[in-house]
Amino acid sequence: MTEMSGADMVVQALVDLGVDTVFGYPGGAVLPIYDALYKHPTIKHILVRHEQAATHAAEGYARSTGKPGVVLVTSGPGATNAVTGITDALLDSIPMVVLTGQVPTTLIGTDAFQECDTVGITRHCTKHNYLVMDPDRLGPIMHEAFHIATHGRPGPVVIDIPKNVQVATGTYSVPEFIQHNSYRPQVEPDADAISQAIDMIAAAERPVFYTGGGVINAGPDASAALRQLVSLTGAPITSTLMGLGAFPADDPKWLGMLGMHGTYEANMAMNRADLIIAVGARFDDRVTGRLDAFSPDSKKIHIDIDRSSINKIVPVDLAVVGDAGRALDALIAAWQDKGHKARDLGEWWRRVDGWRATRCLDFPEKKEASAEIMPQRAVKALFDATRGRDPIITTEVGQHQMWAAQHFGFSAPNRWLTSGGLGTMGYGFPAAVGAQIAHPNRLVICIAGEASLQMNIQEMGTVAQYRLPVKIFILNNEWMGMVRQWQELTYESRYSNSYSDSLPDFVKLADAYGWTGLRIDNLGQLEDGIKKMIETPGPVIVDCRVAQLANCFPMIPSGAAHTDMILQPSDVTGTMDDEAKALV
Amino acid sequence: MKIKTEAGERHVLAITVDNEAGVLAKITGLFTARGYNIESLTVADITADHALSRITIVTSGPPPIIDQIIAQLDRLVPVHKVIDLNDAGEAHVEREIALVKVAGTGDKRIEALRMADVFRAKVVDTTLTSFIFEITGTSDKVDRFIALMRECGLVEVGRTGVVAIARGSEAL
Ligand SMILES: Cc1ncc(C[n+]2csc(CCOP(=O)(O)OP(=O)(O)O)c2C)c(N)n1
Ligand SMILES: [Mg+2]
Repeated sequence: MTEMSGADMVVQALVDLGVDTVFGYPGGAVLPIYDALYKHPTIKHILVRHEQAATHAAEGYARSTGKPGVVLVTSGPGATNAVTGITDALLDSIPMVVLTGQVPTTLIGTDAFQECDTVGITRHCTKHNYLVMDPDRLGPIMHEAFHIATHGRPGPVVIDIPKNVQVATGTYSVPEFIQHNSYRPQVEPDADAISQAIDMIAAAERPVFYTGGGVINAGPDASAALRQLVSLTGAPITSTLMGLGAFPADDPKWLGMLGMHGTYEANMAMNRADLIIAVGARFDDRVTGRLDAFSPDSKKIHIDIDRSSINKIVPVDLAVVGDAGRALDALIAAWQDKGHKARDLGEWWRRVDGWRATRCLDFPEKKEASAEIMPQRAVKALFDATRGRDPIITTEVGQHQMWAAQHFGFSAPNRWLTSGGLGTMGYGFPAAVGAQIAHPNRLVICIAGEASLQMNIQEMGTVAQYRLPVKIFILNNEWMGMVRQWQELTYESRYSNSYSDSLPDFVKLADAYGWTGLRIDNLGQLEDGIKKMIETPGPVIVDCRVAQLANCFPMIPSGAAHTDMILQPSDVTGTMDDEAKALV
Repeated sequence: MKIKTEAGERHVLAITVDNEAGVLAKITGLFTARGYNIESLTVADITADHALSRITIVTSGPPPIIDQIIAQLDRLVPVHKVIDLNDAGEAHVEREIALVKVAGTGDKRIEALRMADVFRAKVVDTTLTSFIFEITGTSDKVDRFIALMRECGLVEVGRTGVVAIARGSEAL
């Protein structure tokens, strides 16, 4: 218990909480905290170029380390600029604490300069938020906020701190241990539910594991447990976009991602299964397709830390509320205790292999050196060239994101950083910045679309300032490809405002920021170009020109069943009825 | 294309929450953001130290939606407990108060007073040309009383919304 200013308490709390990095941008309402930071050299402050980028960088930091990301922004426009990243973190369950400055308590509610109702605006895009009116509360609130951001289903927490609370002095106190009086998520799964679950798994003839971001959030041990359980049971496994990396993509039991742009085998297996074991996944509409046709003949077990995710969209037969890692450990223990033996799933695997034989990720391409590059080929080449280097891959949002998910194989968690729930263009580059800050010596590559990249391209300055060796690999198709693809499918190719006109010369832009810029125009240049990108020290932007009109398949159109996948461009019709058009 | 909505049954939820700024906004915001109904909502703090508030919400929806509402409320950080008083085995008592102002003279006035008596409504204020009745009961009873008063010169109504509590010796 020591007397100090509110701003000093904020910094002291960060130190006590083990925070090493803060992503932020200064302004009038946070100057006291910036001054306090000045005196604390142990906390590294990364000055971004836009507050949205601070939030995505914090997400990248968090997703690649498992530790909470921390953001510091000023009141008013600083806070509103952070809202997109806060919402992104909420939808993808990323632990994050955002400190916002606020006008002095005496001015709150008067439309003061740079005042906005930050707690009001962020109330529904945070897991929790606080307005701190008394400096004595700062210590306990800071510690509680980190606890809430990181416990149970992780998420963003905002602490809004009026300027006079930063300046006033008070007593800094640290709660001995945090036992929130109402927020106590259930972490330990119910033993009876585990016992029932394992019996269902042991008895299933056509089981499939369907796993999600919850396994990644539960830490690397959860991924290890998942591998063990899958190997004990011999069942196939698929995962959501957010869950990639929890299970190695080169394992024969891996079916690839499921859902809208998932593989044929993953979606067919879900459809024909007699048991779905959902772990830390939330039956998102991108995954289920048409609900009344979703896995119609299966029993479903749903393991999730958030009870509200269970039975939200798909009614399940057995709910297991708890941490994914603990639940997987408990399932393994129960399997062994009960002496279960893996069933002969040969018949099931033969069917899976039949679906695999469609080779749904194959794509047509020309092989000569002068040929245009298929975007899928570019991702595969990037994957091949970085094997053994354990890269961290981030993406923007669009076709390139789906191609990366389909063709880049991940074998460990925390290497795949993408905006799943909110689908935020502008996420990938700053997320790469955050990941690179956390892992200065790792290879961090942002696979970008030329349109998305421009949403936070100003961060090239941040990268230059901190000399980060971030690589941006643009799959430049000169289109908002995903929008164009939907316009082809739904609006008879009326390309309303989806062309990426007036693009900058990315190589010259690189030069302007002191980066290295490379351009790859045809297949013959692809391998060397990628090699050069990897071998060039410092930040590199690669403008990889790809086939402009390539589309991303397989695809389940919105509102269609898993069995109605479009496998080839030739399957595409040109229009849809209004019911389908109304779906996102 | 037409947009369909689903009908549902009425449920009364009792919720205890930390009595702090923003909690009510968080709860009502959850209902609007997720498209749930609120038929009535009451709130007041209920502990000697003013630390806890009790919110009673009357909502409606098909059973899976009611389940979702409860799960969604339950995961809010300041929410302590959520009880569905309509759950099987949860017999409960519901009350609502209304203040009903009726203006008129002559027969209408006498008729209003007579019906108030039948409903055990109290006269809490009177002038030569008006009454204010206080009526307590289930929402149904209050509805019926107000409907009758429409015929007798009803000019204004204020209602509290429902408070409810489970029968038996146990606390929430
Ligand atoms: C902030 C934001 N605005 C709009 C969208 C809608 N949207 C989804 S993908 C996309 C096009 C992305 O184009 P590009 O980055 O070039 O990627 P491509 O699909 O061409 O690979 C758009 C506009 C979005 N996801 N995020
Ligand atoms: Mg593009």
